[in-house]
Parts: sequence; C-alpha cells; structure tokens
Amino acid sequence: MEFFQGFLNMSGASFAQHMVNGVSLGSLYALIAIGYTMVYGILLMINFAHGDIVMMACYFAYFGITIFHVPWYFTFIGVIVATALLGAIIERMAYRPLRDAPKNSVLISAIGASFLLENLANYLFSGRPMSFPDIPLFSQNIAIGSIKIQAISMVIPVVTIISLLVLLHIVNHTKTGMAMRAVSKDYEIARVMGINIDNVISMTFIIGSALAAIGAIMWGIRYPGITPYLGVMPGLKCFIAAVIGGIGNIKGAVLGGFILGLGEILIVAFFPDLSGYRDAFAFIVLIIILFYRPTGILGERTTEKV
Amino acid sequence: MLKVENLVVSYGGIEALKGISLDVPDGEIVTLIGANGAGKSTLLRSIIGLVKVASGEITYNGQKINGLNSQKIVKTGITLVPEGRRVFPNLSVLENLQIGAYMRNDKEDIKKDINWIYELFPRLQERSWQMAGTLSGGEQQMLAVGRALMCRPKLLMMDEPSLGLAPLIIKDIFRIIREINQQGMTILLIEQNANMALKIADKGYVLETGNLTMTGTGRELLENPEIAAAYLGKKKKH
Repeated sequence: MEFFQGFLNMSGASFAQHMVNGVSLGSLYALIAIGYTMVYGILLMINFAHGDIVMMACYFAYFGITIFHVPWYFTFIGVIVATALLGAIIERMAYRPLRDAPKNSVLISAIGASFLLENLANYLFSGRPMSFPDIPLFSQNIAIGSIKIQAISMVIPVVTIISLLVLLHIVNHTKTGMAMRAVSKDYEIARVMGINIDNVISMTFIIGSALAAIGAIMWGIRYPGITPYLGVMPGLKCFIAAVIGGIGNIKGAVLGGFILGLGEILIVAFFPDLSGYRDAFAFIVLIIILFYRPTGILGERTTEKV
Repeated sequence: MLKVENLVVSYGGIEALKGISLDVPDGEIVTLIGANGAGKSTLLRSIIGLVKVASGEITYNGQKINGLNSQKIVKTGITLVPEGRRVFPNLSVLENLQIGAYMRNDKEDIKKDINWIYELFPRLQERSWQMAGTLSGGEQQMLAVGRALMCRPKLLMMDEPSLGLAPLIIKDIFRIIREINQQGMTILLIEQNANMALKIADKGYVLETGNLTMTGTGRELLENPEIAAAYLGKKKKH
C-alpha cells in the first residue's frame, strides 16, 4: 500500500516504469484483439472461444517445457502451430456446419465452444493453478538507471511489432490476404471469383490463433499463473479493444489494445484508490465508445452507392 | 453451348422459375428480357451455382453443372457480372482485376490481360490505385466487367449492366459487349433496357413471372408489336 500512497509525487523513473508496463500490456491485448477483429471481419460473429484459445496455448507451453522438457524455443514454435490448428479445428467443428444458419446460432455455438474448452481444461489439467515455465532469459530484471524492468516487458512490444508487420504484409500484399479482404465484403461474389470461402475462413482462424498463441506465451511469462479460466478476462477485454478500435479493422484492434493496456496501468498509477476498479476501466471505455462512436475509432461508416 | 432444361427454382415454396428451357449457342449474344421479378437474376444465379435448383438440368458443353459449387462452375469457363456491380469496395481497382484472375496462375498472361482491360477501359488505368468503393457507378460497372473478363471466360453472363448508368456510359458498355463478343466470347445478357439489348442480340428470350413466353432473333422480337408495347414503351397500333 505504501507504493500507492507515494504516487502523488511520482518520479520520472516510476512514470517510465508504468509506461513500459502499459505498453507491454497493450501489446498483448493488441495481439489477442486481432483474432477477434479478423474473425468478425469475415464471419460477422464474435469468436467467444478466442480467450480460451489463449488459455490452451499457455497449457501447451506448460506441457512442452515443464513436463516434457523440450527447449523453450522449440516449445514455442510447437505451441504456435498447435494453437493455430486448434483454432482451425474449432472453426471446422463449431462454425462451419452453421455457415448458412442465422448469426445467433453461430454465436451460441461460439459460447458453447468456449465452455467446452474451459471445462475440458478443467477436467484434463485440473483447476489447480499451474505455473508457467520460468525462462530466466525473459524473467530476469534489467536495470536501466533507477528503474528495473523485466526483460519480457521489453521483448513484448518488439515481438508484437514484428508480428503486426508480418500480418499486414499477408493481408495487404498476398493472394490469400486479398481473398480474405474480398470474402469479408462479399461472400457470394468471392465465390463467383472462384475463391474457396471455407479455405479462406480456415486461414483466418489459423492466423488469428497463431497471433493469440504468441500473445499467450508472452502473457504466461509476464503473468505466470495458469488456470482453465485464465482466458476469460483477457478475452473480454480484447474483444472490447477490438470494438473500441472499430471491429473488423486490424489497425483498430491494435489501437484499442494499446488504449486499454496503457489506460488500465496509468489509471492505477495515477489514482491508486481506483486500483480495485482496474478491470472496470475497459468496460467504462466500452460504454463511452458505444454511446459516442458505436462503429469504433477507426470503424467505417457504411456507405453504399446505388 | 449452355443448355437449360425444365429448370425450376423456388424460394421458400414460391417458384421463381417454373420450368424454363433455353440454349446459349457458342459465340452468340443471347439476351433475356423481362420485368422486375420475372426471374431473370434467379436464372443467372442458378447457372453460376449461387441458388439451389429444385429440378431440371443445366449443362455446359455436355457437362452437367447444376449441383456443382460455384468454384467448379467458374472453372468450366462461365462467369457472372452481377447485378448492382458488386465490385469489392475495399480492394483497389488493380486488386479487383487481380482477384478476377484468382484461379489463374500464369502471371505473365495475367499482366497482359490487365493491360488489355486497361485498353478497353482507359478510365480504370487512371484509377488503378484507387479503392473501388470510391469509383463512380459507371466506373464500377466497367470494373465489374473487367474483373469478369480477367478469368478468361468462354461464357460471360451479365445481369443488368446498364442499371442506373448515364446513357453515354451505357453506350460504352454495349460497345464493349459487342467487341468482346467479336473476339469469340459467348454472352448471356439480362436487360431491362430491352431496346439496346435486342439490337445487339442474336437471339432473345422473354421471361414473364417464371415462364418463357416468347423467343426469336433480336430483330424479330424488336419488331414484335406486343414486345414493343410491353418492353419498349411504344404504343400498340390497332
């Protein structure tokens, strides 16, 4: 509590520390929010299982390193591949059979998929919290002047930026990306162009889940407690981040992620009395956005030429 | 040759097409005229596989195509310029053309074809990098035609290409239709602008509430007094 009492005369050093924390949290939100926004852009549905995919990725890493003693770098590659596959499998089993069903049915199926993953994890791995494997390279503290920063907090923004650049390249400069953008606007005509819609949708889930896996690994290093319900709160917040930025818009999801991450950390830093309301921040921002700009900050207003 | 036999299509119990038969011979321009709700678009949508066929058969060069998915139908060489243009608004003009060639892998030829489209529609070249959503209606129609041509179809189906366009642009579009037909492409054209459509058509069909009521060469139909009264806005002479 002493830390909070001393906040009024916050030094430049501790401000810098909060900024680093905020940016790294924001990066994690951004990586996960992209999955929500991409799926929404293409299927017009909220993939409620996305947060639980993050949770599963953390368990994959736990099993790889702690149980099977695979070196962390191999494990992380394996985790990304396995999580991407898991995303594609969920789409195949829970969403594809409902391709022509009303949107509400797909949404309910998404909630079902989310519960299934949570309870499956609970059953298989027990509800007892496990600890994400410690990798000293990332968990060590680095002292810069008078501030001490965990190495992972520096790694997170760098990995996030690289992932984003790769993603934007795929979406904007490859044939698959072009097909994704086309499918997100017009299913039927995309079909007439000879695009296999199902493949494009699977690809979207694979990319979104791979980014979620990258986010999950870094999340696990930063916040090492793994439980079957670990994905629920980040999942909700990242969904909110996607809405704030303008759902369906990748850059919007990144912006929304940073707004929430930085906002959450800085509010607690400046107003320590509000620290109990930390999780409420995202929801308050959501309400404000829905009031004043329901399509989100970068969301487009639909216009149609007749 | 495209052959449609006894085609029935229904939406929730209502028959939009009540058993129609028609042929589109290779190299010809065939037009289908009819009022709103006659079932013209439904016919094209069922040929390209976007609408399920209740009964009847559609064959293209002897191969049955109803029941195939759109992807496979497009592979046989049929494509559609949809009603209302439906270019991808979030893709650039160039990307819209590239996505038209989505199923092709011959990079060099794709480039050549893009240049060919730009020759047909110089306006598109000027706007190559613009998002298609920012184009005018006429430019979007040119793009929709160009995009369809990019898959090198043998049969090009067009659904109301003149809808909502200025007369000068309509003229342009019809000139292009003729030009590509002369290069050997078969065209199935749906129009409310019956006058212009029949003028360029080798063969015409009249569709009324799900039934074909008349057929003939373009000229025959143009000179038919009943058609003149119903579709060309001319008074019947008594």
